[in-house]
Amino acid sequence: MQVEKFYYDNKIVKAFGIATIVFGIVGMLAGLWAAIQIYYPAISLNLPATTFGRLRPLHTNAIIFAFVGNSIFTGVYYSLQRLCKARMFSDKLSWLHFWGWQAIIAAAAITLLMGVTTGKEYAELEWPIDIAITLIWVVFGINMFGTILKRRERHLYVAIWFYIATWVTVAMLHIVNSVEIPVTFLKSYSWYAGVQDALVQWWYGHNAVAFFLTTPVLGLMYYFLPKAANRPVYSYRLSIIHFWALIFIYIWAGPHHLLYTALPDWAQSLGTVFSVMLIAPSWGGMLNGLFTLRGAWDKVREEPVLKFMVVAITCYGMSTFEGPMLSLKNVNAISHFTDWTIAHVHIGGLGWNGFLAFAIIYYLLPKMWNTQLYSKKLATNHFWLGTIGIILYAVPMYWAGFEQASMWKQFTAEGQLKFQFLETVTNIIPMYVARSVGGLLYLTGALMMVYNVYKTVKQGSFIAEEAAEAPALVKEAPHKEYWHRVLERKPVTMLVLSLILVSIGGLVQMIPTFLVKSNVPTIASVKPYTPLELQGRDLYVKEGCYTCHSQMIRPFRDEVARYGEYSKAGEFVYDHPFQWGSKRTGPDLARIGGKYPDSWHYNHMYDPRSMSPGSVMPPYPWLLDKAIDTSNTAAKIRAMQTLGVPYPEGYDQQANRDLMKQAETIAANLKKDKIETAPNAQIVALIAYLQRVGTDIKLEPKPLAENK
Amino acid sequence: MKFINYLEKVSGVDIFGLTSLILFFLFFSIMVIWVFKTKKKSFQEISRIPLDNN
Repeated sequence: MQVEKFYYDNKIVKAFGIATIVFGIVGMLAGLWAAIQIYYPAISLNLPATTFGRLRPLHTNAIIFAFVGNSIFTGVYYSLQRLCKARMFSDKLSWLHFWGWQAIIAAAAITLLMGVTTGKEYAELEWPIDIAITLIWVVFGINMFGTILKRRERHLYVAIWFYIATWVTVAMLHIVNSVEIPVTFLKSYSWYAGVQDALVQWWYGHNAVAFFLTTPVLGLMYYFLPKAANRPVYSYRLSIIHFWALIFIYIWAGPHHLLYTALPDWAQSLGTVFSVMLIAPSWGGMLNGLFTLRGAWDKVREEPVLKFMVVAITCYGMSTFEGPMLSLKNVNAISHFTDWTIAHVHIGGLGWNGFLAFAIIYYLLPKMWNTQLYSKKLATNHFWLGTIGIILYAVPMYWAGFEQASMWKQFTAEGQLKFQFLETVTNIIPMYVARSVGGLLYLTGALMMVYNVYKTVKQGSFIAEEAAEAPALVKEAPHKEYWHRVLERKPVTMLVLSLILVSIGGLVQMIPTFLVKSNVPTIASVKPYTPLELQGRDLYVKEGCYTCHSQMIRPFRDEVARYGEYSKAGEFVYDHPFQWGSKRTGPDLARIGGKYPDSWHYNHMYDPRSMSPGSVMPPYPWLLDKAIDTSNTAAKIRAMQTLGVPYPEGYDQQANRDLMKQAETIAANLKKDKIETAPNAQIVALIAYLQRVGTDIKLEPKPLAENK
Repeated sequence: MKFINYLEKVSGVDIFGLTSLILFFLFFSIMVIWVFKTKKKSFQEISRIPLDNN
């Protein structure tokens, strides 16, 4: 048989590896900065760009798409070539993918700090960047499938299935969730509104975790763990069941992020049921990983790579056990909107994704530079520092979440709420401090890795082109085979089948919701926002208020007592995008309208602590000086009309007149309280919006008796 | 204002749940049957793919 000689491309792996390390450090720094801000608001520096609401999206996007994203590409570009016994399909496409992805990251960092955001978590990037992501993702896809098609290994190893499923599902999720109508070059409105927007967003959000942070990383686990342990995976059978069960079940679980909200109950239950089912494949995968090390635990003691992997896989098991628990309604009632969720995602992020990325880096270094790791001891210290960091991060956050939730729910014997919201926050400040120390330890460990990488690279010599040889793939004579054996040789069929599988889950959730749109009971008194309120709402989105404030009162006694009437689906029909939020570092704002005078909001934005002493909210002084950009009001009204918001025809031309009229009323109102402000200041628009939120249903005439 | 049960107003909504359950169940059963019918030896070969080269 003819043996072909060829070269593996290590240069592209190196490039993605460096990007992983650089953006890992950047993302962790942003996270640490944001974490310190919660108990030390002055560190926001009073600058718009470094205030929590903009820093937090930067942190999440940097970690998910820049750090983990680049680590996935590092691992995929290394393992795919070797599993296919072929060089990447096209060097040009490899480099286009690399530079395209880094350009997207740079654009994301700049725009997020500018406050350019769609206001949808983990999908904050605006429409031009969304399009760029789509194009670069296609480049990656062509390059990956090209490589698979020209492979010299007949069977597609299970890792490749995970890569294929990742590619196809992320493409679907990204496109569906990013449907938006551009208003200007850097501003768009989500196509969906309210309940529907929430459902699409969390279908995306949950599955971004599933198919960006889980499936590709599992693929990497199935390649790098056997490599590092030098033994095949414990059960290949289990890995097949793991794969199909995971991708099929995951896609359904999204609505568990919206329990007790105004989302229809059937969708909530669907999310819960599938989330509980997820334990089975997730734990199957975890056990498969851990059992692979059977008889090799002595190596774990020696080898930092395996140490990182063991903790990564254990953290995967912990967070995939916790996830289903959190999606039980009775647990979610306590955990949701608290730091419990933050602890949960950081077990996944720091433990599973971070540690697996570190393991891969430590594994690849000596291989690609043809040398020994500079210091095993340093790597082991990194491991311990990271592990202690994770514990010190997660334990206080679990505690904080549980304690705060129970404080929210306590009543006095007289039936009054026992604690002010602010008391429940200041009470957990020590936990916030401990959390940032945990984060600092983890970051310190990562910096030790940077030094170790630098020293290793310096002592080794890089193998840019790694020689390899393998016989070409010959066509087999046709004979009877099991369908899956046929299937696993046909990557395109595999792609289509995975797409069908994940689409079913998506469609079953989406179609009824799209049909439901006309069935969401409209509330006659809910009217579109005035132009000034619309501008104010866009400022609310821009400053990232949703990162700390929810707008969703759940039907609980304590929430109704604390905030007011619970939220109804019909109240959000004009909300493009929805702003329900997912975390309450500050109180819920769904009924903030009319609660305080205009002057309270003015002073509170200028210095939150002047109005509520001890508040941890950052100040927003620039809102008092900057003017509202009224040049786009007409375009915004027209965009809203396209989306079906019933402004009268030709209203776009009249909008700015109405805007100024309302602004002058508010300015006059503030003047009564001895506050001088220009009517076109941004604060005026924000006050107009905040005073409107949640007030519409109060105008609804009350029926004398409700007989339903 | 109650928002429960407005899905009932969507005509033929049951079919979504039913179809997906059947598809899910069928796919899963066939996959599991196949996995356990396939010989262990062929899996052992495939699982060595990552280890066979460098």
